[in-house]
Amino acid sequence: MIRTVRAAALAGALAVAAVGCGTDTTEPAVDGSINGTVTVFAAASLTETFTELGQRFEAAHPGTKVVYSFGASSALAEQIKQGAPADVFASAAPKDMQQVVDAGDITAAPVTFVRNRLEIVVPQGNPGNITGLADFGETEPKIALCAEQVPCGAAGTAVFEVAGVDPRPDTREADVKAVLTKVALGEVDAALVYRTDVRAAGNKVEGIEFPEADRAMTDYPVAPLAKAPNAAAAAAFVEFIGSEQARTVFGQAGFDTP
Amino acid sequence: MTEVARRRAVRGRRPLILVLPAVCGLAFLILPLVGLLLRAPWRSLPERLSSPEVVEALQLSLVCATAATVVCVVLGIPLAWLLARGDLPGLGLVRALVTVPLVLPPVVGGVALLLVLGRRGIIGRHLEEWFGFSLPFTTPGVIVAEAFVAMPFLVIAVEGALRGADPRYEEAAATLGASRWLTFRRVTLPSVMPGVVAGAVLCWARALGEFGATITFAGNFPGTTTTMPLAVYMALETNPEDAIVLSLVLLAVSVVVLAALRDRWTRGPM
Repeated sequence: MIRTVRAAALAGALAVAAVGCGTDTTEPAVDGSINGTVTVFAAASLTETFTELGQRFEAAHPGTKVVYSFGASSALAEQIKQGAPADVFASAAPKDMQQVVDAGDITAAPVTFVRNRLEIVVPQGNPGNITGLADFGETEPKIALCAEQVPCGAAGTAVFEVAGVDPRPDTREADVKAVLTKVALGEVDAALVYRTDVRAAGNKVEGIEFPEADRAMTDYPVAPLAKAPNAAAAAAFVEFIGSEQARTVFGQAGFDTP
Repeated sequence: MTEVARRRAVRGRRPLILVLPAVCGLAFLILPLVGLLLRAPWRSLPERLSSPEVVEALQLSLVCATAATVVCVVLGIPLAWLLARGDLPGLGLVRALVTVPLVLPPVVGGVALLLVLGRRGIIGRHLEEWFGFSLPFTTPGVIVAEAFVAMPFLVIAVEGALRGADPRYEEAAATLGASRWLTFRRVTLPSVMPGVVAGAVLCWARALGEFGATITFAGNFPGTTTTMPLAVYMALETNPEDAIVLSLVLLAVSVVVLAALRDRWTRGPM
């Protein structure tokens, strides 16, 4: 146990030194040098795709184990700044990634690996007869939106501005999953969530696409962390997230891959 | 041996082995609060506090927590009386069920409330049909969520007081010809008043800090359902310093109310 910790610490120190020397970290790591636990802090909207990719990564690199902490990007960024022992950070907002960069916790430039677009979501059967963004400005339907402080809320504000609609929400939820729950339970007639969330919710909800979504795409940056306890595996995992195999998984889940 | 000397002798026999963990426990509870105080942006405090959003959230919090406490008192005292004085079979199970909201994660409580009182809920469906009224996303919804989470505190406190009360006074009142209701009102209730007040204060404090059930059942909309804890959570996303200020306000309100009521009404520690 102590030996692994020491080895990891040594590997981490070496990696930091290597990065400090300007080594290109995108070089494929030599198989066999990668083992142990990779701790990935990822935005909640990546839960399904990252869980699947983690299993594939473990299969590709025997001896590795991927451990996740899913949550709001802002909360994860704060935890990383406070010294949480994470190897990789995948954020649902460039803003939160930038905070970690500014704090000096990332040495390589973060890479945008997927993009996500908003979609209107309604309960199965569309009881509110929602047809488009304009319905969000009416008084009658019950509307849920993300809080403006979180990425999906900021993206929502942007599309409403483009569409010239003044939304009248009944509630502004703390995260996108909470919004989706309200729709799945039929408590609200319409909401704005990401296309990936609509896909993940299955047949409890229906999605309605709208053209303005192109104008407020959400970028997802990923980066290995400077203080990664397992730097070699962190670099390999980030590389794997950009692989063709991963792009297929993301595409099936409803993400746009750049 | 004087009183003072005797007390000193007793104090001398207190096991020192308990003092260290006691101090650690106290530090564990107090240090996070000290951290809040140290990190608080004192200089910009007045302007942050006078923002309309903060005033609105605090007002809503105080109104809702007080209304929830009233609901808990009206429904909780009779329930506590039933648990303490009733002789029905299965009361043990009822008592266990009453304490469920204490251990249930509040978010789950919120979902449970939605499933019953939401627009498609077992009861909520009919509220919508008959009265065109639905609880979620409304201020009454906040009160319902807070009362659900806080009521066990009151019930447990009052039931404890009732069990500790001497039933002979009630019997005496009954032999003197008082009706059951009169006995309850004039004998039982006054004798457990400290317990009722202590329970109500705890209940109010719990309602004031309630977050999970509120945001899940009542949602989050400024002026309607955004209570202080929700405002704190949202502020953390963008402006941690605002969140600290809001937390300090909650802390101050709780401490002042708890201290004032404890010294005035309750005998001994709660």
